Amino acid sequence: MTDLASTTQRKRRSLPEAWFAWALIAPAVIFILVIVAWPLVETFRLSFTDARLGGESYVGLENYTDLAESKKFRQTIVRTFYWMFLSVFLKLILGLVGATLLNAAVPGRGLFRVLVMPPWVIPMAIGMIGWLWLYNGAFGVLSGTAQQLGLIGKAFEFLAYKRSAFYSAVVADVWVGTPMVTLFFLAAMQGVSRDLYEAAWVDGAGRWYRFRRITIPQIMPVIVSMALLSAIFTFNSFEIIWILTEGGPRSATTTLIIDTYKTAIGNFKFGEGAARAVVIVFLLAVFSLIYLFFLNKVNNHYGVK
Amino acid sequence: MMDRYSKLQIVGIYAAILVFLTFILLPFFEMFMASLRPLEHLFRSPYQFWSDDFSFQAYSDMWVTVPLLGRYILNSVFIAGSVTVLTMVFVVPAAYAYARLDFPFKSASLGMFLGVNMFTGAVLLIPLYRVLSTLGLLNSYWAMIVPGIAFLIPTGIWLLRSYLEKIPVELEEAAYVDGASRLYTLRRVVLPLAVPGLIVVSTAIFIGAYAQQFLFAITFNQTREYQPLPAGLFEFIGYQSVTWNEMMAAALTGVLPVMVIFLFLQKYLVAGLTAGAVKE
Repeated sequence: MTDLASTTQRKRRSLPEAWFAWALIAPAVIFILVIVAWPLVETFRLSFTDARLGGESYVGLENYTDLAESKKFRQTIVRTFYWMFLSVFLKLILGLVGATLLNAAVPGRGLFRVLVMPPWVIPMAIGMIGWLWLYNGAFGVLSGTAQQLGLIGKAFEFLAYKRSAFYSAVVADVWVGTPMVTLFFLAAMQGVSRDLYEAAWVDGAGRWYRFRRITIPQIMPVIVSMALLSAIFTFNSFEIIWILTEGGPRSATTTLIIDTYKTAIGNFKFGEGAARAVVIVFLLAVFSLIYLFFLNKVNNHYGVK
Repeated sequence: MMDRYSKLQIVGIYAAILVFLTFILLPFFEMFMASLRPLEHLFRSPYQFWSDDFSFQAYSDMWVTVPLLGRYILNSVFIAGSVTVLTMVFVVPAAYAYARLDFPFKSASLGMFLGVNMFTGAVLLIPLYRVLSTLGLLNSYWAMIVPGIAFLIPTGIWLLRSYLEKIPVELEEAAYVDGASRLYTLRRVVLPLAVPGLIVVSTAIFIGAYAQQFLFAITFNQTREYQPLPAGLFEFIGYQSVTWNEMMAAALTGVLPVMVIFLFLQKYLVAGLTAGAVKE
């Protein structure tokens, strides 16, 4: 009876359904086409020109050959991937540890959960002002405490040296990204059926064993998708580096995004900037495709549709 | 019983949580401490953890030193609010279509929306700058609102769609049986049922809009009166003599609106955002 009713309704609604749906999504589609898709196409076009403030003319592949020959640009690409892998790796580890801790049945965990979230909620730019201060040699608490403990002789400016500036930026990025990863892992952990744990517990499995053999496999799809999401965020992250170092000192923290921004907006070299943006889009697309391929495998392996 | 911990384990868990939260909250703590220190003590050498004359002076002085501070905060709220309302206008119908209707190019167009999440504004800044300049929107609120909407539509559709899918379809079918039109059903049956979901999604969008203003503001807007808080504060870092304690006070005051909203709704918000992570 119900089957019959729904079939007749389906028939009655099927003709205008597509039109109605298109009408509903049309405003959003048009908006995205104008503000995102068209600029994307325009970026491709500009990358073959020497567009500046004054005007533009077609230069063919010149911007790309320049990039291919530039040692500096190759270093920037390597640095960007290193930045991304290191940061994402740390976020996933910290997120797993954090979620496991917050998932422990101890009093106060509701409060702890709320306290984890601020870096995620507030504007990145404001959090970075805090880190700017923390990293300051003369009056930041990190250098100050280290001095008082006698770990370092004099004030240490975290952002003044190439290596320390890079790792300081990584830590700040991990700080921004960890809360989201933690909360998603936590939600996934809470979704794992208790029966599994109880069965294992009855069989005498310890905590570590249950974590390794139940929790991790059960939440693996979420781990993988969070890894992809944070990889994209980290790859694209602009504010963190821009506010901390503006890509310095001596390009030590210049990632592809920073390089693109400096070229295009800082120096008004729109054409050269566009070529860099195209490289970013290309790398992101390739990276995502490889990743989605693996995600599919993982999902199949762990029986998620 | 399985969850029973020994005393030692409990101590270990709390210690680990403490370390974790210290990492997360350290910058806020440091900003707060800096905001309380009188300016001349900030630069005192050798470093002192504790100043004997902490005061809230900076919280009242900052309004004088930065006359536009109130304006910056209002701008931030105004821009984020406008982005939220306008984004929802685009998101609600689209999310409904993806949740309920079957149509050609459904997954292709949804894929296009999610693809937008792959880019940040930074990649598209150059042509976007020219688009906004052609439309005459540079150096106005619109310069920050328009790109803001574009980059939040995909997330909004994604979140609201999964919420709408959970509303039982029988109610709509009953309305159709009674002869209601599609649009009427959407307005009078679906939307009222979706109010909690609409609140969660618009809060998420508001927080996102509040957070993403920096890049668009420093790139597309030179008018100081329109700057949102993060951009307004950033400008100050470049000044000759930064009154750091007031800047920290201003930064902390500026995140209050979004923190308050968040604290009220955090439970629903987290449940709504992470819904996709939980197996049904």
